[in-house]
Amino acid sequence: MHHILVAENVSKSYGDYQALKNISLEIPENTIYGLLGPNGAGKTTFIRIINQITYPDSGTVFFNGKPLAPEHVASIGYLPEERGLYKSMKVGEQALYLAQLKGLSKSEAKSRLMEWFERFEIGEWWNKKIQELSKGMAQKIQFIVTVLHRPKLLIFDEPFSGFDPINAGVIKDEILRLKEEGTSIIFSTHRMESVEELCEHIALIHRSEKILDGKLSEIKKAFKNNIFNTNLGVLEPSKNVLQALGEKFSVLSSEYNVEDNHWSISLQLPSEDTKGVLTELAKYGNVLKLEEVIPSANDIFIKTVNGKEHYG
Amino acid sequence: MERSIMDKLPLIIKREYLAKVRNKSFIIMTILSPILIVGMILLVAYLTKINDNEKRIIAVLNESTFFSGQFKITESTSYIQFRNISLQKAKDSTLSLGYFGLLHIPAGPTMEEAANAAYLFTKENPSTLVTERLERIFQNQLRQERLKGLGVSTDQFSNVEKAYSINLSTFDGQRSIKGINELKAFVGGAFGYAIMMFIIIYGGFVMRSVIEEKTSRIIEVIISSIKPFQLMLGKIIGTSLAGITQFVIWIVSASILLFLSVAFLEIDLSELSGGTSLPGPGMNNVSQLSATPMEGEILVYAKEIINIPWALLIGSFLVYFILGYLIYSSIYAAIGAAVDNETDTQQFIFPIILPLMLAIYVGFFSVFSNPHGPIAVGFSLFPLTSPIVMLMRLPGGIGDGGVPLWQLLTSIGLLIGAFLGIVWLASKIYRVGILMYGKRPTYKELFRWLKY
Repeated sequence: MHHILVAENVSKSYGDYQALKNISLEIPENTIYGLLGPNGAGKTTFIRIINQITYPDSGTVFFNGKPLAPEHVASIGYLPEERGLYKSMKVGEQALYLAQLKGLSKSEAKSRLMEWFERFEIGEWWNKKIQELSKGMAQKIQFIVTVLHRPKLLIFDEPFSGFDPINAGVIKDEILRLKEEGTSIIFSTHRMESVEELCEHIALIHRSEKILDGKLSEIKKAFKNNIFNTNLGVLEPSKNVLQALGEKFSVLSSEYNVEDNHWSISLQLPSEDTKGVLTELAKYGNVLKLEEVIPSANDIFIKTVNGKEHYG
Repeated sequence: MERSIMDKLPLIIKREYLAKVRNKSFIIMTILSPILIVGMILLVAYLTKINDNEKRIIAVLNESTFFSGQFKITESTSYIQFRNISLQKAKDSTLSLGYFGLLHIPAGPTMEEAANAAYLFTKENPSTLVTERLERIFQNQLRQERLKGLGVSTDQFSNVEKAYSINLSTFDGQRSIKGINELKAFVGGAFGYAIMMFIIIYGGFVMRSVIEEKTSRIIEVIISSIKPFQLMLGKIIGTSLAGITQFVIWIVSASILLFLSVAFLEIDLSELSGGTSLPGPGMNNVSQLSATPMEGEILVYAKEIINIPWALLIGSFLVYFILGYLIYSSIYAAIGAAVDNETDTQQFIFPIILPLMLAIYVGFFSVFSNPHGPIAVGFSLFPLTSPIVMLMRLPGGIGDGGVPLWQLLTSIGLLIGAFLGIVWLASKIYRVGILMYGKRPTYKELFRWLKY
């Protein structure tokens, strides 16, 4: 697989404080890559290194196979967490300026801006000053400015903060569309719901170190514990069923639903082998439901971070 | 379609320039300042004129046989002689006629005694202007009288009193005149002062612009496209171009306004300087000088001003202005980056203003009187003060009688060194500071940032 960005043993210290310890990452092309971690873990430092705002003390970052160099800023788009615009500058003029800083010609920037303004139906904002817009409106402009130069790599740091749910949805769709068009996206957040929805790959950074990375589906597979939820239809809430099941599996929780006459049972299999589970269950009642419990990104996040807290 | 990295500097300069010159308060300042300045000048001229037009009338009751005919009408004072009335009546009349005051000289056997017993009665305390004038009249008469006692005639007396001023010359035989050092230093001082004002005004603009980028949180967006140093440089250059624009507009429009108002309102600006002549011993002497040497002196002054090495002065002004401004405004930028809001800047600004103020004071007190003394030399070499102090020394030229060439070159060399060092340090603080939010940093923290 081709990688848009590869980091090799990147370390960075601020005085006595080490912000990044030997981070190595491979970010595949044309995917949405979740960069996760609690506040202060080092995500922003890593992103600033990719944007060449700061430089690593040691280690190398490769962009599209070449060591990161000043000309790469034109191929990278960055929406920082701490973001804003010149308040007293007009929307159109400001967008043109920022696009030109990214290397677009004025005419090119203008025609692309027109497209975006049409798409978002905000053409009448062109001559307004940022301070006359609402926070959500300003965030939309900020998003357009970030993606206008059609970068190969887009970096979003908490992109949905500052948006109401409707506009957050609009932005999410735009991010997915950009990915469809071939853009690689780094998505930094500590909110796990959006990770589930968007990310194919993730890396978890905690206390300046990478503690987990890979394909989200594979990580989930690695984190599952052969736990299944089942609904078993029986007429009587007899404990015999639970006892019998307890001989083959470990029963984690059970509850009898009086209205629907069934047990809701959560059980853990001794191995990954699921052969015979269904027949075993069918011995004691009607199997109304049987599903494997896949850990959520949130579960994985909390488990990994807490595990690190415990063992150092 | 793609631009190279360094192409972006003009973009930044253009934005900073436009952001500044389109700013409402900037436009208002640009338009109002010349009007205010010219208005002030006209007001002062007008008030001076009114002040001069006020005439004092002093009643004189001279019961002695001395001082008669000595109280002559001047521009601002006339004297009315009272005769053969009592002192009380004279006082009453003075009051009822609304005169300024009453001078009473009682009868006495000698001039000395009469003078000693003389009184000036006034409603309010008289200004020293009035009393000095009267005292001089008495003094003159008394001196003549005393000399007469020693056998000196009136003719001889006026001979003795003839004013004297020393002739001055430089060693190479050029005639020089009193006050020329001050005049030259004043010309240089004007340049130095302009540099200081420019630094304080537009350095402050640079600082506020940096703070604005921090508080609006656009800074991280910008520096993901360009280097912080480019942004700082573009900001400093753009702001200074806006400053130069403003200065040029001020100078041109103030000159035009002044010219027009002088032409139409017929206000004599010379009244500002010469009109309010302070009667003092010096002025007395000047008035007794015959006309020819006066004109000669003006010619010499004019010649000296023309002889000021203008090319050298203006050339050096540009060098000192550019380097000095870059040094100071990069410090201003670093301060702006270190803080989150303008109120936090005070503790950092004072140490910057200090060398500037020092340069101006040292300039006015030491360089004016002795342009080549050790203090003047020291401060014109030290990079933080040299842009101002050296310019005060330079109107004397370089080489013989002026600034030794090595001093000028050393001063510029040190300034370039300081420029490189300070801009390097300031850009490091700037680079770290713009991404730091939260509490106001201490000097210790700023020092740590240098190592990031």
